[in-house]
Amino acid sequence: MKLQRKNRVRALAVGALAVSGALALTACGSDDTSGTGGAGGSAAKPANIKCEGKGKLLASGSSAQKNAMDVWVQNYAGACKGTEINYQPTGSGAGVTTFLQGQTAFAGSDSALKPEEIAKSKKLCKGGQAIDLPMVGGPIAIGYNVPGVDNLVLDAPTLAKIFDSKITNWNDAAIKKLNPGAKLPNLKIQAFHRSDDSGTTDNFTKYLKGAAPGDWKHEPAKKWGGSGGQAASGSSGVSSQVKQTSGAISYFELSYATSGKIPTVKLNTGAKAPVEATVDNASNAISEAKPAGQGDDLALKLNYTTKAEGAYPITLVTYEIACDKGNKADTLPATKSFLTYTSSKDGQTALKALGYAPLPTEIADKVRKTVATLS
Amino acid sequence: MNSPSSISDTPPPPAPRTGAVISGKAVRPGDRIFLGLTRGSGTALLVIMAAIAAFLTYRSVIAITGDKANFFTTFDWNAVGTEPKFGIAVLAFGTVVSSVVAMLIAVPVAVGIALFISHYAPRRLASPLGYVIDLLAAVPSIVYGLWGALFLVPHLSGLYGWLNDYLGWTGIFSYGGGAARSLFTVGILLAIMILPIVTSVSREVFLQAPKMHEEAALALGATRWEVIRMSVLPFGRSGVISASMLGLGRALGETMAVATVLSPSFLISKSLLDPGGGTFAQNIASKFSEADTFGQDALIASGLVLFVITLLVNGAARLIIARRKEYSGAAA
Repeated sequence: MKLQRKNRVRALAVGALAVSGALALTACGSDDTSGTGGAGGSAAKPANIKCEGKGKLLASGSSAQKNAMDVWVQNYAGACKGTEINYQPTGSGAGVTTFLQGQTAFAGSDSALKPEEIAKSKKLCKGGQAIDLPMVGGPIAIGYNVPGVDNLVLDAPTLAKIFDSKITNWNDAAIKKLNPGAKLPNLKIQAFHRSDDSGTTDNFTKYLKGAAPGDWKHEPAKKWGGSGGQAASGSSGVSSQVKQTSGAISYFELSYATSGKIPTVKLNTGAKAPVEATVDNASNAISEAKPAGQGDDLALKLNYTTKAEGAYPITLVTYEIACDKGNKADTLPATKSFLTYTSSKDGQTALKALGYAPLPTEIADKVRKTVATLS
Repeated sequence: MNSPSSISDTPPPPAPRTGAVISGKAVRPGDRIFLGLTRGSGTALLVIMAAIAAFLTYRSVIAITGDKANFFTTFDWNAVGTEPKFGIAVLAFGTVVSSVVAMLIAVPVAVGIALFISHYAPRRLASPLGYVIDLLAAVPSIVYGLWGALFLVPHLSGLYGWLNDYLGWTGIFSYGGGAARSLFTVGILLAIMILPIVTSVSREVFLQAPKMHEEAALALGATRWEVIRMSVLPFGRSGVISASMLGLGRALGETMAVATVLSPSFLISKSLLDPGGGTFAQNIASKFSEADTFGQDALIASGLVLFVITLLVNGAARLIIARRKEYSGAAA
């Protein structure tokens, strides 16, 4: 009798261990770091979409594009019942890698292709190469949390010093000089950057290097290069830290500032009035960009030192990457028709509500022309 | 991924005095099928482990040979470009430190809870309490991470200020203000996460403490605490050690919660309360999405080191348990 009882307890113990072990194993998940900011897409407008090609279209890449892609895919699928488009926001680097391995029809990326990537692409694109097609822009807002200050103006050198831990208090003379009317508290600055490698970091540090080379000595990269400060994972991570940490400042796509009701810095670019981070101001900055690619590669080089009125220079342009010639025959028609829609007027204006900046007319025209010649 | 742990949680049963031990010569089909199933399960585990090890090793060799800096001592992680320089010094330090902090907090608490459930709590309270503890294990790690980042971190700055006031002189508890996203915070969070597994295994072990011993000790006039000290704890010691090792395995490999709560950097700071540092799993999670093929190889190499550390920890645990073969009264 006693022996039986003990065996039962032992069986229970083993059972409990197995159960808790299984629970422990399942408790390790992965998350999707691409937070969805902003309001829902302004879908449901019948767009002029020409459906071509049937079947499944796989694409992956930039998570900054995720919300835009969601709207585009939804609208496109609504019009073209036979085509299913699946965009995975894996990150720009991973997107380009899988595209060059031939697993996807096109990739989304926040950075233009590097020369070695273009060289690699010649293997994949028979008789051609991979090209960058700018598809949509977006302002990178500088969100801050300083009690009692709701209108903060900064310029590039000051931003660079703040994010490089050279200015450490909100009542620093440099900040006071730019904000003569504000009550700046004696409060430690906590500059947050991204702990994960990200295209947003890449574009933000490109701006710092381009606009304040004397104060920002680090090479722009997806990995944060500045010294000191704190880090958090993903745009959602840094924006929620700014919201809850007094004295914090960080950079993220505008939609996160809008949805989190986080005040954003106005930039003193040398224009008459400080420029606010808005969708239209980002479009204005993109129209100041110079072409950087050759031939059909439409990569853009943004002008970070622009003094144009209402041009907000901390802006990223996100690209779709496809082959100019030698696309896979079975995905080419659908790819062309989808990219024709995304670069069309309807496709571009559908995104304004989400915090994306439509391409300026001149650049959009070039993209449409190039998409039409994909083969 | 959590590291698989293969430590037995209960003392081995006493050798049966009667009855034949099943040899390879199975007679009846049922025996043969069952033998095949068990053997298959055992082999499958070994094959899976070998496959993981082989894959990690293959990709790691590519990464370590391509590393332009010392893989073990470099304080940086830059696996892109023509001059990749990366090293695991900071990651190894952060992984070990945060796990040790977690163990120091979790194991005493878990043993306390387990003893309370097994020997002190009224029966009617004990089983619901056990269920609640097991429920903690069912919470996904990202939820712990979100709770940690949005609730725990803002509420820890008071405690850290206090630690700084009274223990700041030690150097490891100095705190300069700012969001408390440090290795110590990670340790506290990991402690909460490994609490259920350590508690439930310890509880089961304590419940099996030989009743005869307890009754004998009580008959000699021992108090509750003396009974526990003389018969329950010595009996349960190896079980608690293996429970702790299961928990440690979880803490070493925890990814999302750490990535959400820690403010990583490639510096080792003297103070546990300063933001910075990093762990293997957190670093892999942060870097993987934007890594090219070589960057992935580099991350996999760091994963191999974590794999080896976990194996060493489990091996050490087995040695400790093997040394303490004092299953006094298991067959009483």
